[in-house]
Amino acid sequence: MVAHLPILLHGVSVHRAGHNVIGPLNLAITHPGMTAVLGPNGAGKTTLLRLLHGLERARSGHIDWPADPATLRSAQAFVFQRPVMMRRSVLENLIYPLRIKGSTRDAAKKQAQTVLKDIDMAEKSKLDATLLSIGEQQRLAVARAFIAKPGLVFLDEPCASLDGATTYQIETLLRQKRDAGVVSLLSTHDLAQARRLADWVILLHKGKLIETAPAAQFFAGPATQIGRDFLEGRLLL
Amino acid sequence: MIALWDGLRAGFWLIWTADAELIEISLRSLFVSISAVALASLLALPCAALLALERFRFRRMIIASLNALMGLPPVVVGLFVYLLLSRSGPFGVLGLLYTPWAMILAQAVILMPLIASIAHQHLRDLWAEYRDLLISLGASRGQRIRTLLWDGRRGELTACLAGFGRGIGEVGAVMIVGGNIEQATRVLTTAIALETGKGDFALALGLGFVLIFISLTVSFAVHILARTERSARW
Repeated sequence: MVAHLPILLHGVSVHRAGHNVIGPLNLAITHPGMTAVLGPNGAGKTTLLRLLHGLERARSGHIDWPADPATLRSAQAFVFQRPVMMRRSVLENLIYPLRIKGSTRDAAKKQAQTVLKDIDMAEKSKLDATLLSIGEQQRLAVARAFIAKPGLVFLDEPCASLDGATTYQIETLLRQKRDAGVVSLLSTHDLAQARRLADWVILLHKGKLIETAPAAQFFAGPATQIGRDFLEGRLLL
Repeated sequence: MIALWDGLRAGFWLIWTADAELIEISLRSLFVSISAVALASLLALPCAALLALERFRFRRMIIASLNALMGLPPVVVGLFVYLLLSRSGPFGVLGLLYTPWAMILAQAVILMPLIASIAHQHLRDLWAEYRDLLISLGASRGQRIRTLLWDGRRGELTACLAGFGRGIGEVGAVMIVGGNIEQATRVLTTAIALETGKGDFALALGLGFVLIFISLTVSFAVHILARTERSARW
């Protein structure tokens, strides 16, 4: 199994439409388990995840990976805040990533059917995935991200605008994967979810790193004033 | 009004009696237009997918040109293909002029920009939706193109049907390169032009109704077979 950590960012910045979105950022992501990337809207959480997954380009700085980035990227997955459903059946949405990785159709189908049973969606396997509810689409998107057994998963607010029951189902799945050794980076501004899931915390504000610490230590008492304000629910301007 | 009524009657009578010439002309019309759509799609659909997916120099110019060429004058295309296929032209040795193959070629040239342009608009929207996901899943360029073409098949079908509609109703180019030769290159549109020229408006109208009937039937049949509206959201 390929080691995905540490990921070291040296003076990395991302610009969009002439504006600095994040950085320059010096950050070391070294902790296994689940790391929560926290911060208010516009802090740069999503951009950081997209950058690490190769969906954004850094304008300056560089990232050190423990192995060849292209090899590592093939063992990564991304769950988007707004689930992207392919215009195919629920089953075909799960088969697709496996076929991309080179599985035979029969093997992929068998594995996809097993996963559908695990997430209680077996009876919907033939439905057009775009017709599912948002909660079901997100469950399917999370299952699709994990189906090819990635080593590192980026989760961009996967439970935003979902109800409690669906959030619970997704969090249970995320915990199982974490326990199985999958490293994940979770972007969220839901502090309660970060408390429930995170082992490590990275706090961003206006594209800058404010602090990074073990989750228990951060939630017991942040080291910075912005961290304390964020935890206490004060408006960060 | 009387001419319309006569035309409707003539058309009905031609179909009812299974007029041999009508069947032959109709089948030739279908053959030429379907072949032209197939030929144009072979080039237009991958071209549309590439334009939706890739960013390269002159891309915008190509898209603008395709949009402009949607209104390509058929007579000019006919003349151009005629010059290419005429005995003194570069492809004269093939002996295709005044055959259905020349008509297919001329129609394909007319339809290619139309199909490519409509398909590109559908595939561009689909790519905007799929881009991050396909990159994230590690799909190769070939896999991305195949995925777009497969998942965008309903949009492509619309593009092909628009092409078929334009092709089967086209007269200028097929008249020039086909010559409207009886039992060889006569199709519904050129037959209508001929009958109108002869003053037989009833028969011309009758053929016109048959043409509309065929066009609608093909369109409905394709929609039903492709289950276009089966999983609509409302």
